[in-house]
Amino acid sequence: MRIVLHIWRQRNANDKGRMARYEVPNVNQEMSFLEMLDVLNEDLIARNEEPVAFDHDCREGICGMCGCMVNGVAHGPQPGTTLCQLHMRHFKDGDELYLEPWRARAFPVVKDLVVDRGAFDRLVAVGGFISATTGCAPDGNAILVPKEKAELSMDAAACIGCGACVAMCPNASASLFMGAKLAHLGLLPQGQPERYGRVAAMVAQAKAERFGACTNIGECEAVCPKEIKLEVIARMNRDFLKGSWTGRGALRDDAEEVSKKPLAGSRR
Amino acid sequence: MSSIAIQPLTRAVRFYEAPIGKKAVMAVTGIVLTGYVVAHLLGNLQIYSSNPEQINKYAAFLHNPANAAALWAARGVLLLCVILHITAACQLWLQNRAARPFRYYKKDDVPNAYAARTMICSGPIIAAFVIFHVLHLTSGAVVRLQEIGPNEPNVRANVILGFSHYPAISAFYILAMGLLCLHLYHGVWSMFQSVGASHPRYTPMLKRVAAIAAILILLGNISIPIAALAGWLTY
Repeated sequence: MRIVLHIWRQRNANDKGRMARYEVPNVNQEMSFLEMLDVLNEDLIARNEEPVAFDHDCREGICGMCGCMVNGVAHGPQPGTTLCQLHMRHFKDGDELYLEPWRARAFPVVKDLVVDRGAFDRLVAVGGFISATTGCAPDGNAILVPKEKAELSMDAAACIGCGACVAMCPNASASLFMGAKLAHLGLLPQGQPERYGRVAAMVAQAKAERFGACTNIGECEAVCPKEIKLEVIARMNRDFLKGSWTGRGALRDDAEEVSKKPLAGSRR
Repeated sequence: MSSIAIQPLTRAVRFYEAPIGKKAVMAVTGIVLTGYVVAHLLGNLQIYSSNPEQINKYAAFLHNPANAAALWAARGVLLLCVILHITAACQLWLQNRAARPFRYYKKDDVPNAYAARTMICSGPIIAAFVIFHVLHLTSGAVVRLQEIGPNEPNVRANVILGFSHYPAISAFYILAMGLLCLHLYHGVWSMFQSVGASHPRYTPMLKRVAAIAAILILLGNISIPIAALAGWLTY
């Protein structure tokens, strides 16, 4: 099958960038979307042109590296899949596809379809951890976790941090990502000590990273390859409000300094 | 971590600085304003009473100088809520716009969520409507209002004349009420999400209740200009 691609080409972070048109005449319908891009890139290299830069790693839908907008939908039209798990059989011969990088103030474009998602790393750095003693492994079942809580926590922990939620959100909000991290840790007994400080720190950091706010539209939930639910955002709101009004002290002594500027490092 | 309580003012400022704090302010002021919309509608529906004087008696009760303090207190609370609601909305809108400086070449809206996406359009039009409505039927700046006596406005006559003689005004009322219906549908279920109440069992029910409530409020509100235009109401 023949696929026409309009791809965002941008040499580097300072380049203005533009859409470029390519044709891939020999697409096999069993190819994954990334394999189709590989075919395009081999053709470009053979023609001595610059191949299209795109992020990828495991190509089995669990690492969170790949992803771009396909015809205005993050990770393409198939729900619950990453771009690497989207196969060309979902498209028709002669389809025209528009590929664009994730667009957000917090995700600067590095090159073509590659964006810098360091802002996610910094969100995790301020709150995505627990204070556990490291060293020998704890006894199994020493801390009991109700089955339902474990399942809900695991559902949230499925987040691979791909950034589709931010890309799709009309406000470029990271609420679904933060909600997933906060539900993942906050539902478990091990996550309780930092529970309210964690949400305050992450919310402050998200603002410093210039992510938008949630307007309860649900585009994030619709495109999340791990099908994380909007409910985790409500949980984040609940924890934030509870921590703000019933906490005895400053939620996190260093929350203020952390929120002043994005953390150093993590630039490619 | 210190266990000394931080200053209440610092706590409030820090709370409001966060987008979630602003959304909570919008949710709480939204509850007050929704309550007012319902109370206002119930007051207006007295125009259908078998006693034609009923709505004028109600108006005289509200305008009774003995109730002036309560009336102005209620107006003050409502105005404060309106100011907080609009301020937080504008601040969040600006922050959200700045979060995506480059538009997509092509963008698909996956869930339709028309009401949610148009809050920023329905809101200002409703605000403009509220100002017009106060000028039209409270202060009498648009058309001269009739009075039975001091502090006794002839609401029945004013409403019926105000709508039946000016179809354009009635049309604007009906349009604004349609937008209010959309605004309320999203607002009523969304305020629960904003303060952290979401459950797979109850949230779908809540959305249905919000839709039904918004449509009932719409029907109640637009019935009055329609009835006046159709000549079903007499004074």
